[in-house]
Amino acid sequence: MLENLSAFIPNLPQVFQPTSPLFTVLKKAAVYSLVAVSMNLLNGFTGLFSLGQAGFMLLGAYTYAILMVPASQKEQVYYLFGGCAFDFSLPDAFAAIFGEGGAGGAVGMILSCLIALILAGCVAGFFAYLIGIPVLRLKSDYLAIATLGFAEILRAIFQWQKLGPVTNGANMIKGFTTFSSFNITNASGATLLRLSTFVPFLVSSVCILLIVLLINSSYGRAFKSIRDDEIAAEAMGINLFKHKMMSFVISSFFAGVGGALFAMYVANAQAKAFTSVMTYEILLIVVIGGIGSVSGSVLATFLYVACSEWWLRFLDSEQYIGAFKVPLLRNGFRMVIFSIVIMVIVLFFSQGIMGDKEINLGALIGKIRAKRERKQ
Amino acid sequence: MEYVISVLLSGISVGGQYALIAIGYTLVYGILRLINFAHGDVFMVAGLMGIYFTATMPITVSIPLVLIMTVILGFVIERAAYKPLRSAPRMSVMISAIGVSYLLQNTATYVTGGQPMTYPEIPFLSSTVGVAGTQTKWVVIITPFLVLALVYLLTLLINHTKVGMAMRAVSKDFATSRLMGIRVNSVISVTFIIGSALAAVGSVLYFTNYPAITPTAGAMPGLKAFVAAVFGGIGSIPGAVIGAFLIGICETIIKGLPSSWDVSVFSDAFTFALLIIILIFKPQGLFGEAATDKV
Amino acid sequence: MGNALHLENVTMQFGGVVSVNNLTLDVPEHQIIALIGPNGAGKTTAFNCITGVYQPTNGLIEFMGRPIVRNHPVGKALRNYKGECADKFASDPVLNPTPDQITGMGIARTFQNIRLWKSMTVFENVLVAKHQHAHQNVFSATFRKNLAEEKRMREETMELLSEQGLDAYKDELAVSLPYGLQRRLEIARALATNPKLLLLDEPAAGMNPQETIELADFVRQTREKYDLTVFLIEHHMDLVMNVSDYIYVIDFGSEIARGIPEEVQNNRHVIEAYLGVADEEAI
Repeated sequence: MLENLSAFIPNLPQVFQPTSPLFTVLKKAAVYSLVAVSMNLLNGFTGLFSLGQAGFMLLGAYTYAILMVPASQKEQVYYLFGGCAFDFSLPDAFAAIFGEGGAGGAVGMILSCLIALILAGCVAGFFAYLIGIPVLRLKSDYLAIATLGFAEILRAIFQWQKLGPVTNGANMIKGFTTFSSFNITNASGATLLRLSTFVPFLVSSVCILLIVLLINSSYGRAFKSIRDDEIAAEAMGINLFKHKMMSFVISSFFAGVGGALFAMYVANAQAKAFTSVMTYEILLIVVIGGIGSVSGSVLATFLYVACSEWWLRFLDSEQYIGAFKVPLLRNGFRMVIFSIVIMVIVLFFSQGIMGDKEINLGALIGKIRAKRERKQ
Repeated sequence: MEYVISVLLSGISVGGQYALIAIGYTLVYGILRLINFAHGDVFMVAGLMGIYFTATMPITVSIPLVLIMTVILGFVIERAAYKPLRSAPRMSVMISAIGVSYLLQNTATYVTGGQPMTYPEIPFLSSTVGVAGTQTKWVVIITPFLVLALVYLLTLLINHTKVGMAMRAVSKDFATSRLMGIRVNSVISVTFIIGSALAAVGSVLYFTNYPAITPTAGAMPGLKAFVAAVFGGIGSIPGAVIGAFLIGICETIIKGLPSSWDVSVFSDAFTFALLIIILIFKPQGLFGEAATDKV
Repeated sequence: MGNALHLENVTMQFGGVVSVNNLTLDVPEHQIIALIGPNGAGKTTAFNCITGVYQPTNGLIEFMGRPIVRNHPVGKALRNYKGECADKFASDPVLNPTPDQITGMGIARTFQNIRLWKSMTVFENVLVAKHQHAHQNVFSATFRKNLAEEKRMREETMELLSEQGLDAYKDELAVSLPYGLQRRLEIARALATNPKLLLLDEPAAGMNPQETIELADFVRQTREKYDLTVFLIEHHMDLVMNVSDYIYVIDFGSEIARGIPEEVQNNRHVIEAYLGVADEEAI
């Protein structure tokens, strides 16, 4: 929404121009915050230490990408394999119903995108169910390594050239609906209304809201009891396997949706991107925000992404203060500083930003009001 | 036939190199119940140090120096990142290990500028030799023998010395060992020192074979070595060694399959599939002991 | 009245160690039965077999006249088996329910070393125990279609807390309560699962004599109020003799005596088990 200000207010600072890194950060953070919250549901609220998040994101991203490449693009995207073995594409199906262009085209695009996102989640959830049957019976650290391994297996499968006609092998799939497709343009191609930041925010917020509702329900309490003491939970009638599976599948569903959003954000889907380093990154975000705090995860994601993509960028290039060349600054220094900060947080502030508390707006406003009243 | 022999030879040698890393995992897991995610990266750093030291110093000085520096690195990591979390939940220590791994990888990226570095040729080890009609490097021949010798020394150390007895005691029962006057922290340090030293030896052998080092070069061998340790039964040294040889051989066989099958992308995935299968059917591994929880 | 609980030839063996050996006992409905014995006698292991935490190596457990657990040793376990009548149950199908299924049938327990959920309040601790019997699924709960059910669960929890005198602490963290109240909360939490049989594992551990006397009354009242059968493990002889209708004594996994409190009190084997065998020469 902010992006559109520049059109109406002429002398806006550079930061609010559509090309500003602010919007890159906001988009990426919106995507990552959903994945971080989904990981927190599993690691923070159910106490299952899983490191498979990147694998489920990969499943989501590919599901979305394969479903959303229009037939007209397939030839070009899959040129190495002589076209795609999978003819169906959601945008075409909806274009057939609502027509192309105009309002009908917009409805078609929104619907196809929505359905693809949900299916992306379902595919990830389904695979989580399959892999969950064996691995959820394992103890914490074995679960971590088994899910990590599962993600690596997926990555290998999606890079397999033999599956090329579907997954495009090790090459990227592109040409599908991305965030910028939601910008409304006029006939001559000039942008009227930018929605490319609004869309990821909307999807992420809805998903996070659902997770919060789940956490605050009877099932969320059962998850927490498993986290606190499995044996007591079982003795009080909580079916461990069923509830762990539920948490695992739901977390993976949202990781899948997050993966699809990630594909929209980078405008391509490629197995190479979903490495274990990505999982570690998300895990560290969760730790920074506080294990067991949704608002902490969201807050940490925005800080993390803003630091790595924007505020700390200067560390990666040579800087001069007057004539003095600041030492050490060159490519890669940002990530070194970053990892040191993370280690400091892990070692000395193991509670993270929020611990297991939530930002409570009501209580916050109440406090401020109370302070004011005391002053008067 | 010659092709088969060459595949087997390189499988055994890769397996031996994994074994040296796997011992580090299995020792640390046996004592701290911690998957030391940073161990593979220590291995990578040892490789990088090898490159930088040999560039300025003769081999005879630089290799011992690599060993010493790696040991110091392992020791410092334990003291700085794991010791403060001794009483924290296991998940925190594992997260700390992941943090260390992230830090080492990023530092390596910074130092090398992100470019793959080439491991220097080490005289003798890098020179070729003909075995049963195939040409191979000496390192391939030497690795299994060196590994077996080191493992033998290590078992002697663990079974017949005072510190070895302390290590066994701590791995059985942390709290009681402390009550019995064992200096648990020193024992843990010794464990990390042994693990890092073996990883350093492994790095010399491994990177002589596969000379390209990137900042993430340690992650995959590290994970595979961990799988080997799980396969053999975590905490058991012979188990880890056998597991590592098996994984090394299977992996090179998969890589050596006809290229028309195009299955070489699965050489890594195979290891993890194996892991998941073991965890389902025999979670205590080949030589591990089953543990029961007390309620 | 029938038996609430019936154990027949229950043996639990860990490798070569026999924790519970061929235990046969009855817990009649609406009575308070105690299982006593020195430390390491296998009392808690017996409880763990009843509640499904362990699967007994051999034996049958019936609840309200219905078999709920049944097992017999096979393979390696059979070769190592040191108990008696290894093949008595071999022809019947094996029954190994998980702890939550057993809780669902109406057996609830407390733990020797208190196991409350530490990040949750007193109220939530009891509320979670209501989860199993609530009519809802994950979608109705997430989309708040189960408000009536949720309301009922909350009301019942509140009622239970006030009956147990814990309502004043309802929003405090469970672990911040004093020790005696934590034990009481564990009982309240167990009651929230609507049990017919309550297993108490050393309910008086760590209590002073005054609290122990109160506990005896509390156990009797609880039985009356909720129409329960109580099976308890205890070390405090005052409590056991005061509250129990019948007592089983085990040592090294095997039964050494049974009887009403007076009989057990004067049983020579029991005294020996607790105080050690009298030195022949001293007599």
